[in-house]
Amino acid sequence: MSTATPSATPSPPPAAAPAGRLRAGAGLRLGRFRDLTLVPVIVVLLVVGAFVDPVFLTVGNLTNVLQQQSALALVVLAEAMILIAGKFDLSLESTVGMAPAITVLVIPATAGGSGLLAIPLCLLIGAAIGAFNGFLILKFQLSAFVVTLAMMIVVHGLHLGLTGGKSLFELPESIMYLGGATWLGVPASIWIAAVLFAAGIVGLRYFRAGRALYAIGGNPDAARAAGIRVDRVLWTVFVIGGALAALAGVLETGRLGGISANQGVGWIFMVFAASVIGGVSMDGGKGTVLGALTGVLVIGLVENVLTLKGVPGEWKQLVYGGIILVALMISRVAGGKAQD
Amino acid sequence: MSVHVEARNVVKRFGPTVALNGAGISIAEGETHALLGRNGAGKSTLVSILTGLQAQDEGEVLFSGEAAPALADRDAWRRRVACVYQKSTIIPTLTVAENLFLNRQRTSGRLIRWGAVRREAREVLERYGVDVDAGALAGDLGVEQRQLVEIARALSFGARFIILDEPTAQLDGPAIERLFERMRALREQGVTMMYISHHLDEVYEICQSVTVFRDARHVLTRPVAELPHDELVAAMTGEATAAYEPRSRTAGDSVAISAAGLSLRDRYQDVALDVRAGELVGLAGSGSSGKVGLAETLVGLRRADSGTIRINGVAVRPGDVPSALRAGLGFVPQDRHREGFVPLLSIAENATLPIAHKLGRFGTVFPSRRRARAVRMIEDLDIKTEGPEQPVGDLSGGNAQKVVLARALSDSPAALVVINPTAGVDVKAKQSLLGAVEDAVGRGAGALLVSDELDDLRICDRVLVMFHGRVVRDVPRGWSDQQLVAVMEGMEE
Repeated sequence: MSTATPSATPSPPPAAAPAGRLRAGAGLRLGRFRDLTLVPVIVVLLVVGAFVDPVFLTVGNLTNVLQQQSALALVVLAEAMILIAGKFDLSLESTVGMAPAITVLVIPATAGGSGLLAIPLCLLIGAAIGAFNGFLILKFQLSAFVVTLAMMIVVHGLHLGLTGGKSLFELPESIMYLGGATWLGVPASIWIAAVLFAAGIVGLRYFRAGRALYAIGGNPDAARAAGIRVDRVLWTVFVIGGALAALAGVLETGRLGGISANQGVGWIFMVFAASVIGGVSMDGGKGTVLGALTGVLVIGLVENVLTLKGVPGEWKQLVYGGIILVALMISRVAGGKAQD
Repeated sequence: MSVHVEARNVVKRFGPTVALNGAGISIAEGETHALLGRNGAGKSTLVSILTGLQAQDEGEVLFSGEAAPALADRDAWRRRVACVYQKSTIIPTLTVAENLFLNRQRTSGRLIRWGAVRREAREVLERYGVDVDAGALAGDLGVEQRQLVEIARALSFGARFIILDEPTAQLDGPAIERLFERMRALREQGVTMMYISHHLDEVYEICQSVTVFRDARHVLTRPVAELPHDELVAAMTGEATAAYEPRSRTAGDSVAISAAGLSLRDRYQDVALDVRAGELVGLAGSGSSGKVGLAETLVGLRRADSGTIRINGVAVRPGDVPSALRAGLGFVPQDRHREGFVPLLSIAENATLPIAHKLGRFGTVFPSRRRARAVRMIEDLDIKTEGPEQPVGDLSGGNAQKVVLARALSDSPAALVVINPTAGVDVKAKQSLLGAVEDAVGRGAGALLVSDELDDLRICDRVLVMFHGRVVRDVPRGWSDQQLVAVMEGMEE
């Protein structure tokens, strides 16, 4: 990524007109709260949940919510970065199922020692899909939306074709481990998601490469003029996104103990919903990883409340969609600005 | 004086088109040098070569006698040359501070130190006298402030040579004056500047020498003081053009556009005006005078809080464009890119959008009839194009504006409202645009011409001047620049 050396304090240039007034960065501090417009929504959900069922506010249940959402959260992290850079990736959901499935076909449960290679291989497959997307979008100059829509179908099709549409249950030990293990009393998948989100928050706020995403999403020509290697940064983001989706696949595989033919299918809608209600703009350049995380939490809590309330499966979709709309409206009102 | 920046025999080709054909420029240390030429003369190409965004195919670029750095070495380029591009290179979603230090934020290790970035941004803004909050979102700034931030950023790299590419295109009178003051101060400190503009009077005001390009070639370089206005225009167009002669005409009796008691909060108050058929009325005023808001209300793009509008004697529904069009209005909106045309549609389709209902029955449109109409419009307005099927997005600024005007004129309107028709348009296109407006008035339309350009207003029979939301004066033809500007700035004699 771009690491142009910082030019030292600008050489003493001419003082032009008389100096203007100086004001404190009030706008910046306000800007920080814009990421947290969903916090009231989360509070409301916690209160509502507590009334719906006494089980809701227990450590066990909330841990459960987090664990269930950790795989989705990783895909949201990937999509948020891609959206901030002004691009699109619909194929992430197919990678969630396809990457672990191919891995298992290459390294069967009986492989023994080479089973340790399962996770690296899986991540590599995800990264390769991301790299191919990047190739088509950046070098071939195709629209990200259409390319990744086609890739979503292609990757899922590959998954179905190679597995014969069957679920896979005999998996190597290593690929099962992360999704089921518990570290220091907390599921490993929560640790992994937490660490990666922390890295995302710091990376996009405190690293030049991270800020480059905002610059590219906000105005690619200006980013190029500032010396940012736009294509290289974007390509890297697609590769990281693919790898994150593959890791999400590993977590989901371990949690469920198998790879169904439909693993990941339909996730992309939740991913976009979480990103957008979390304040990430579909037009690029706007939003934060922290905001996207609050979006995931809202979705997870809604799902949990609905399950505890015993809402019949057929009606869940409707309630779900409705609640997302309400969350959007609340964050729009709290955020003040028109959504885009 | 030594030469600060020089380009020699530069050739640049884009596929079959030659953008620069052995052109060159030589700018002396500390001078403000104008680069002029019609659209497509090669100015923008030279800018991208001088700023290191593109490499020339042949020829060389020298800074203070030394060869230009390699294309990939952005930092070296930025120490030599700074540029305020025509298109904003500010990122609206980031703060001013971050825009100033994009991709060169102060870091410790690899972590960005935001405190230091903000502090340095405040220092830079203070040093160049830019009164802008470093923490504000750049997208919330006005055009002038955004441009000042760009200038401060450009200078903060330490460059002693700045290119200003049409910096005044979007500024109003007082803002342009403030920019010029800043440029003069920079010149006193020895900064060399290259200035690009379509406004010749600005060149005479701010520049010491001028280079003219025409058809990708260098035509002349001369001190401004030794170059009369006509000669400069002749060099740009390649032919001696007589200064535009306004025509005389007599207005009819019927009223084409009439407004009474119009008010819109924060824009204008209690405005009344009448434009008669066959009359061309100018509307002038500074950027905050409310003239554009008023014109947009007349055509239905805005809705007034109170008051009535009659077009061609018919009371139109407030804030309703179709109703105004039905009453016989044609208009050219302020921002042609946003409201003027659909870039991907052809000239024929764009120009005939309002009269589509006349080109066929029951909602159908006959392509042959549309084509015929478009061909006539292309001839009438002298639009430079491959043919009526070319998308408007491919045309140069002046020709795209002609399409917008053609559309406004397509239904032989009885009333015409034209907002800043010559913004970003070269000398020759300007004349044919104004000529077309005068033709329409000659055919009996009543027209209101809103413009920031005194030259445009000269063709008007009378000029209404707005100040702080009110029409303060009705100036008959024959005014001098000073008179009109004094009224526009609220300095009554």
